Amino acid sequence: MADDNEVPPGQEAYQPANFAFDAESEAEIAVHLAKYPAGRQASAVIPLLYVVQKQMKRHTDSAWVPRAGMDAIAARLSMAPIRVYEVATFYLMFNLKPVGKWHLQVCTTTPCWLRGSDEVVRAVREFAAIEGFGETSADGAFTMTEVECLGACVNAPILQVNDDFYEDMDAARTRQLLEALRRGTPPKPGSMAGRQGSAPEGGPTVLTTLAFAPGT
Amino acid sequence: MPKLTIDGIEVEVPAGSTVLQAAEAAGIEIPRFCYHERLSIAGNCRMCLVEIEKAPPKPIASCAWPVAEGMVVHTDSPMVRKGRRGVMEFLLINHPLDCPICDQGGECDLQDQALGYGAGGSRYEENKRAVKDKNLGPLVKTVMTRCIHCTRCIRFITEVAGVPDLGATARGESMEVGTYVEKALGSELSGNIIDLCPVGALTSKPYAFVARSWELTKTDSVDVLDAVGTNIRVDARGPEVLRILPRLNDDVNEEWLGDKSRFAMDGLKRRRLDRPWLRRDGKLVPATWGEAFDAIAERLAAARGDRIGAIAGDLCDAESMLALSDLMGALGSENLDCRQRGERLPAGRRDFYLFNTTIAGIEEADALLIVGANPRREAPVLNARIRKRWLASGLPIALIGPEADLTYPALHLGEGPAALAALRDGAGEFAAVLRAAKKPMILLGADATARPDGAAVLAAVWQLAGAVGALTPDWHGFNLLHHAASMVGGLDLGFVPGPRGKDAAAMLSGGVDVLWLLGADEFDPVRLPKETFVIYQGHHGDCGAALADVVLPGAAYTEKHGTYVNTEGRVQRGQLAVYPPGEAREDWKIVRALSERAGHTLPYDDLDALRQRLEQVNPVFGRIDHLPRFGCSDQTGPAGDPAALGQAAFLPAIDNYYQTDPISRASPTMAQCTATFAPIAAAAE
Repeated sequence: MADDNEVPPGQEAYQPANFAFDAESEAEIAVHLAKYPAGRQASAVIPLLYVVQKQMKRHTDSAWVPRAGMDAIAARLSMAPIRVYEVATFYLMFNLKPVGKWHLQVCTTTPCWLRGSDEVVRAVREFAAIEGFGETSADGAFTMTEVECLGACVNAPILQVNDDFYEDMDAARTRQLLEALRRGTPPKPGSMAGRQGSAPEGGPTVLTTLAFAPGT
Repeated sequence: MPKLTIDGIEVEVPAGSTVLQAAEAAGIEIPRFCYHERLSIAGNCRMCLVEIEKAPPKPIASCAWPVAEGMVVHTDSPMVRKGRRGVMEFLLINHPLDCPICDQGGECDLQDQALGYGAGGSRYEENKRAVKDKNLGPLVKTVMTRCIHCTRCIRFITEVAGVPDLGATARGESMEVGTYVEKALGSELSGNIIDLCPVGALTSKPYAFVARSWELTKTDSVDVLDAVGTNIRVDARGPEVLRILPRLNDDVNEEWLGDKSRFAMDGLKRRRLDRPWLRRDGKLVPATWGEAFDAIAERLAAARGDRIGAIAGDLCDAESMLALSDLMGALGSENLDCRQRGERLPAGRRDFYLFNTTIAGIEEADALLIVGANPRREAPVLNARIRKRWLASGLPIALIGPEADLTYPALHLGEGPAALAALRDGAGEFAAVLRAAKKPMILLGADATARPDGAAVLAAVWQLAGAVGALTPDWHGFNLLHHAASMVGGLDLGFVPGPRGKDAAAMLSGGVDVLWLLGADEFDPVRLPKETFVIYQGHHGDCGAALADVVLPGAAYTEKHGTYVNTEGRVQRGQLAVYPPGEAREDWKIVRALSERAGHTLPYDDLDALRQRLEQVNPVFGRIDHLPRFGCSDQTGPAGDPAALGQAAFLPAIDNYYQTDPISRASPTMAQCTATFAPIAAAAE
């Protein structure tokens, strides 16, 4: 049964009382609005939700969309606020409550799971001292969420940190990555096994003898 | 017009119809949850599956499939039956099946269709989901676990009510219908989502756990809490009215009902006058009918005819007004008034005080000017019709009077009559819009004529209507919006001062010695001298009864057979659903009985005779439920001087929609609504 004392959505203590777009956001909004004909501005609702989420990241170091931000979008696009809430709650890419500085999105869909995403999850739980998905570490540095297929199955398992993919993860690499993040020095995104793009691990396996000899 | 064959029956339907509509035309029932003929098509419940030959070989949702020439449809093939059974099984997976404790039980679409189209049992053994209930305010109770996501409520609130508060948040199994941020539904039509909900997710909060639908006696009647004349069904058990629902009438209310009219009925049980009262030594004490009649007869005998007067209130039926009017005539009095707020509306020519375009006619208008009215508060159902017209193709609308959110955009031209004069002189863009319109409509609030310059306002609006071409032989664009249900009936039967008679204001400030208030409560009693002998005949102990020297207990609208004329001039009959409480009686009978005691016996002994007399006074009372459309044949304006407009701004006629009359003021539900919505309204202003 639902807890009757639960705070209704949008009214939690962490929600800011108001939200105003800053200059950088305004510039981005102008670009998005210009794409749509007059009277069809509501089409820009998803780009604007990203604008809000990015602005929150810049200002508070936590990428999320507060209710006041959705209201600001509704006012800007002449929509009813509920229409913005509908879109924001539909897409899992929008965080409707604050997340840590590093948002760890672990893919647990079949290919990643077969390649050991459970290990990645366990490593994150131990390192960040959290119980499960949706939780934030005590220092506010890490939030782990479970996501569906990120579309990088060749390099499974994937751990997405904020907007960047870290690929070929295992427990040890996850710990290394989190230590680097805690130090504030995120490594270069991509394969943690050192492969180039999605090329085979350990270098090329075919076409190895092909020589481009100038004269032949 | 495409022709198609459905289950072997050939039908011809307008192009653009859906297969479901065509099946209805052929008389074939198709089950549905999300489809509703007055809402947009959602196509998400999948219950209306049919099989169509030469279409994709799969069950097709008929509510969203357009008809085509020569289409062959099967609505009862094995594929269709299996498809519907499967849809029903899915719908029931997360439905709690708590029918025994559900208020919808017995009138539930899901129950009925599960019986008709579902399988006998369930194969689902896993856990069901549970959804937290939402608080939508004091009227609509939610049990969201029962919701099947048909989205009818969302579409109604967004499209018809124009208050987009409801939505579907999250997705898949987590999808929930609600407001997301908790808030009470700020619509005067919110109760309609209870009727629309095909399951027990949205039910009536005041009616929760009160009765089962099969225990109720259903009586068709007419609503009197505003002047729209909404057709209602009164559901009663024993002596109690338990709920009020709208009836279908495409010319008046379609199938909607305002929240006040739906939920104020608990006021019918409270503060009732159920016995006569008599003032002795300054205090009202219980009395018998005989004592009360003796006291009145004695005063009437002692008073001169022109020192006797009567005022009719907002909820009176035509029969009681006529009986009282006849009694006053017999007593030699011309002091009659049914315009207790002082509306300067002339009786006589009907189109000076009617909503001439008619409510259905709004859908033909191509420009609308609202003067001194807030249709959203004064007639929410009629306002929904204006919104419907606006939604159809963007009706240009302008407003003169207090600024308000009418659920559609209205250009605000000004607060007072100055804006009216400017329009008449052709100033501003909207003047051009009105003049260019082929079927312009002007809507004047009745209360805008209840001011010192009321007659001038009426004349100026009529003049403007003439100038913009709203008064032609085939289009009558001059409309008066009343909010008192008795007003048009009173004016139709001439319940207004005679040539030497005094009006309501004069009667209320010592113009008469004996004053008969027929359910009249909406006036300021300060100027009423103590010496005036006040007879209050009505059903609630409200303002009028507190002043009275004699209280005669009458019947409320659910307790008598009465004739009412709505703001369009449509004559409709309300029926008795329950008997009046205690010693209270039907109002015309009280007047008739007293007339005998006072020695001026009225010449009718039963309702039929009284109704014949009604028809004799004004033939319109013979045209029950039938309202012919008419244009304007005579452009001569009402008596006032259109140039004598004052400066004062128009004031809102109704501050609080939820409590406007003795019934809704006695209603605890309406008091809760006031407590919930008044602070929100105040914050918005």
